Amino acid sequence: MAEIITGLTFYLFAAVTIASAVMVVGSRNAVHSVLFLILAFFTCSALFVLRGAEFVAMILVIVYVGAVAVLFLFVVMMLHVGENRLFQGVKRFGLVGVLVGLAVAAELIIVITTRAFRQDAPAAATDPAMADLNVTEALGRILYTDYFLLFQMSGLVLLVAMIGAITLTLRQRDGVKKQSIPQQIERKRDEAVALRKVESGKGIG
Amino acid sequence: MIDLFLTVVWPGLKILLTILVVIVPVILGVAYMTLAERKVIAAAQFRHGPNVVGPFGVLQPWADALKLMFKEVILPAGANKIVFFLAPMLTFALAMLAWAVMPITENFAIADINLGLLYLFAISSLGVYGIIMSGWASNSKYPFLGALRSAAQMVSYEVSMGLIIITVVITVGAGGFNLGNIVEAQRGLWFAIPHFPMFVVFFISALAETNRAPFDLPEGESELVAGYFLEYSSMQFALFFLGEYANILLMSAMTVTLFLGGYLSPVDIWFLGDVWMQPIWFVLKTSFIAFVFLWVRATVPRYRYDQLMRLGWKVFLPLSLFWVVLTSGVIVGFGL
Repeated sequence: MAEIITGLTFYLFAAVTIASAVMVVGSRNAVHSVLFLILAFFTCSALFVLRGAEFVAMILVIVYVGAVAVLFLFVVMMLHVGENRLFQGVKRFGLVGVLVGLAVAAELIIVITTRAFRQDAPAAATDPAMADLNVTEALGRILYTDYFLLFQMSGLVLLVAMIGAITLTLRQRDGVKKQSIPQQIERKRDEAVALRKVESGKGIG
Repeated sequence: MIDLFLTVVWPGLKILLTILVVIVPVILGVAYMTLAERKVIAAAQFRHGPNVVGPFGVLQPWADALKLMFKEVILPAGANKIVFFLAPMLTFALAMLAWAVMPITENFAIADINLGLLYLFAISSLGVYGIIMSGWASNSKYPFLGALRSAAQMVSYEVSMGLIIITVVITVGAGGFNLGNIVEAQRGLWFAIPHFPMFVVFFISALAETNRAPFDLPEGESELVAGYFLEYSSMQFALFFLGEYANILLMSAMTVTLFLGGYLSPVDIWFLGDVWMQPIWFVLKTSFIAFVFLWVRATVPRYRYDQLMRLGWKVFLPLSLFWVVLTSGVIVGFGL
């Protein structure tokens, strides 16, 4: 009975994932597209949970849904992308799109037909030391030993991208008043206040 | 037939009952949180607060709920209907969902999962969508600006909260993502003592995360009227309101679980450390932190927006990052 329920939930989440992925491309309103993308991410992480990869699922939600998609949504909302532009640019980008789609499909077929990704050969079974670890620990052991260099390098690539984005947008502007908290605190009474005797009817002058 | 009952219906009912055991007190707590807020602020300002409906005003939340239910549902012209109605539901549902992993006693949580802490963090990071969606769907300036502010604020403070969570997980060691393990690791010494600076930073980040004073810029009345829920009325408004208070309680419970020993008794004498006392300790501690939320609102003036961002990125982020390095250094160095 439990298997049936797990199977049903799997198909439910899978159906929602695919439907929302289709809606990302198909919906007329750009903001709706992003919202459907978020739904697709979320159901994907539910699929990960069903498969036993809780850590990846949670990280997917925290990183992609909680941070990346928020910024994405920001940009789309601010740009005011108009509606009814469903098939605009099909002529220009159609061929590229089909090529990319074919490449992704070919990759998927290769991956699925390879032995390592079949259900009867889970990755943990290949390494006896990994068998009794949970996903988080197994992931940590692999990332910080075998793939340490790649892991650090991808981190550095992200850092470079971040610095690049900051330097692209950072520019010195004149005439902008900026608060300097140390300066504010350093200020003494004498620099801020001046006592004057004002004669009546004349003003400070 | 009996087989079906034993394998599907009965476990399902049991789960439903467990959920109700947690959710009903949470909703009641949320209802009385609204009253507590008005009473605490009234006390801070030498007023009485609501005292007409029932003795000491204890029926006030019910009167408010009834009033809101019978108000007209208003849909602004040009609003995006589906997203507009979805946003408050999302806010409220997410605020309730997160309670699933909260350990109430040493052997009770609705779902005692391994990555409970990450789940909590994931769910609370989704809360921002209710706000952005409402701000955008209202098709109005002030809600949109409020939503943008709030989203930027929540994303900023989440970063240092994540680092603080890492600190706690490092301190607990193996199995540190399980909330039950985190609480059990605090037997003898609550994490608020060794990690005191992080306790303070986490609490302030929680204030910012729930858009509470002094960080309530998204609803700054003087500039944005009411912020993201400006266009909402009736039950939709009530759902936002309840979601906000449920989030306050959730963040208080999270602070308690991470730093104040969760359900553990402060002193282990007589019957005070018994299992049946644990929910009471949990509720007492959570109420105290929630009270501090209200206390802060009654005393501290609102931050300016650039100050808020400065505090998040230039003060809390380096501080919590430093603390992660320090904690891991101490733990590895002394072989703890």
